[in-house]
Amino acid sequence: MEAIISGQVFVVKDNIDTDQIIPAQFLNLVPTIHEEYEKLGSYALYGLPTELYPTRFIAPGQLDSQYSIIIGGRNFGCGSSREHAPIALGSANCHVVLAESFARIFFRNCVATGEVYPCECGERLCEVFKTGDHVTINLDQHTVKAEATGKVHAFKSLGDVRPVVDAGGIFNYARKTGMIAARK
Amino acid sequence: MDKVQGCGTLSFSLAWWLYMTLTEKILARASGKREVQAGDNVWVSADVLMTHDVCGPGTIGVFKREFGADAKVWDPKRVVIMPDHYIFTADSKSNRNVDILREFAKEQGLPYFYDVIDDPNGKWVFDAQKGPLKRQYGERYAGVCHAALPEKGHTRPGEVLFGTDSHTCMAGAFNEFSTGIGNTDAGFILGTGKLLLKVPATMHFRLEGKLAPGVMAKDVILHLIGEIGFDGATYRAMQFDGPGVASLSMDDRMTIANMAIEAGGKNGIFEFDGQTKATVDARCLLNGTKANYDPVERDGNETFYQELTIHLDQIEPTVACHPDPGQRKLAKSMGHIQLDRAYVGSCTGGKTSDFIAFARILRGKHVKIDTFGVPATPAIARDLQNTRWEDKTIWDILVEAGVRMTENPGCAACLGGPVDTFGRMNTPLKCISATNRNFPGRMGHKDSQVFLASPATVAASALTGHITDPRES
Ligand code: SF4
Repeated sequence: MEAIISGQVFVVKDNIDTDQIIPAQFLNLVPTIHEEYEKLGSYALYGLPTELYPTRFIAPGQLDSQYSIIIGGRNFGCGSSREHAPIALGSANCHVVLAESFARIFFRNCVATGEVYPCECGERLCEVFKTGDHVTINLDQHTVKAEATGKVHAFKSLGDVRPVVDAGGIFNYARKTGMIAARK
Repeated sequence: MDKVQGCGTLSFSLAWWLYMTLTEKILARASGKREVQAGDNVWVSADVLMTHDVCGPGTIGVFKREFGADAKVWDPKRVVIMPDHYIFTADSKSNRNVDILREFAKEQGLPYFYDVIDDPNGKWVFDAQKGPLKRQYGERYAGVCHAALPEKGHTRPGEVLFGTDSHTCMAGAFNEFSTGIGNTDAGFILGTGKLLLKVPATMHFRLEGKLAPGVMAKDVILHLIGEIGFDGATYRAMQFDGPGVASLSMDDRMTIANMAIEAGGKNGIFEFDGQTKATVDARCLLNGTKANYDPVERDGNETFYQELTIHLDQIEPTVACHPDPGQRKLAKSMGHIQLDRAYVGSCTGGKTSDFIAFARILRGKHVKIDTFGVPATPAIARDLQNTRWEDKTIWDILVEAGVRMTENPGCAACLGGPVDTFGRMNTPLKCISATNRNFPGRMGHKDSQVFLASPATVAASALTGHITDPRES
């Protein structure tokens, strides 16, 4: 993955739980079956209450989102351990979730699957940006730049986790580093 | 002088090495180390890996993709598969997912696959014509995984249990380390038996006193989540001990440990005592599962991240309001909330003791709002149909009070599920529920609202149609 990711942001507030990221009724889809993986993406953030989020993450009838970056508040990804959550976001073409803080299992699932970079900002960027803003993220320098104003905000380094997501998840990383045998 | 000092330092450091929390002790043992500290990354061996119909097919997919189509699981006796989530639905993908589990269990020779049907070569099809209430499962079916794991003899003190479900932490009631993981991590364990874990720092909750009448274990955990915030234990272990534990039944401890995740916790763990031993020994013996284990006990000088004393006698019936488990209020102050629906069920609130508390309040009365009852496991359903209170069974008391009781145990509407799921809210209703999670849309419609409470509070509220303190019933 490139260290520079540019695109439009989709902004959500605190406590976006996995039911809002991918509602339970779609958990009959199996992420390792290709068509169902694609379908999961089309339901990403489908559970956000309509009155709070009139702009939808996925436009009706689309498989992917026009927003490649999500900016969230505290405790992003709380709730269940469903890996369908980071997978739905990744499948919808989201590359980064930049949140004030993350729930543990969601964070881990982002890394294990390598679907999205879970970047913690510690700052309430969800109050700074609004949906549709263009930004550029630099993973090496852990910064996000608002294209309209040029203002740059820092976020926490991904540390040990970065190479795992770069490799495309825990299995690829484990093979690359010799933790498990390479594929025959 | 030097010598004395040297000895002093030595004995201090030796003692320090040995002081670990319950969670640290288990993780040290499971990673083959003498000691671990919070923050260490260690490779932990799994004693049991559990998966179900929602995450099992994906886990199997990861396992096959990564280890090859002919790969074998690391140890068939340590893999437990319990379909329980989307079972009693006509949704064909959900039915298919149970079939994927059956195929895998057969191919791998897994002894602990708790199939919905009896025929190992059959296909699972839910018969919508028969309706949701009448039994539609075979002899092996176990029901909701977290309630079924101990029942079927798969929870043992001192062990490590991983499950592809966030409420796997429930097994901490039995003095074990148990935590929820995703499909990819579970696929890794299927192949290797191991997982890289960060040792969590432990938050210590010392329980004192005894619960007052009308107050249940559910109130304790809702109170506590309100206290620390529903992300207050993120990345932490929650250890429950102290003199108050003895007064809590194993069912009570399970309710509390179950909701450690609702505070963001990695795991919740209770001290080991005579009740733990009696329950575990009986269940392992009955089911013929592995019966030897080695519990972990407290040393008393361990370092905790945070300490809190909970006075059980001061806790009152508590409600977590929409839209998250941290929205704590006292039931007695919530009478203005009018309800459309009441629900008792799930791993947290669908145990025999939960239905008994429910029936105690409903007996001889009639509910005012739609009320649903879903036992967590077939054994619990049988218990309710066989336990009499004077001339009537618990089951009949509930049915006569107007509760729609289903004989098909499972997760049902606890997490919404497919639209034909029993008890699911398909319109924006308000529901009081004995389940564990109330984020927007959790029980169905994304504009519905869920209020979490104890089975006693759910019962009292079902009778009045608004949130009601059970001590007023
Ligand atoms: S009953 Fe509810 S909380 Fe328990 S395992 Fe099922 S869906 Fe999860």
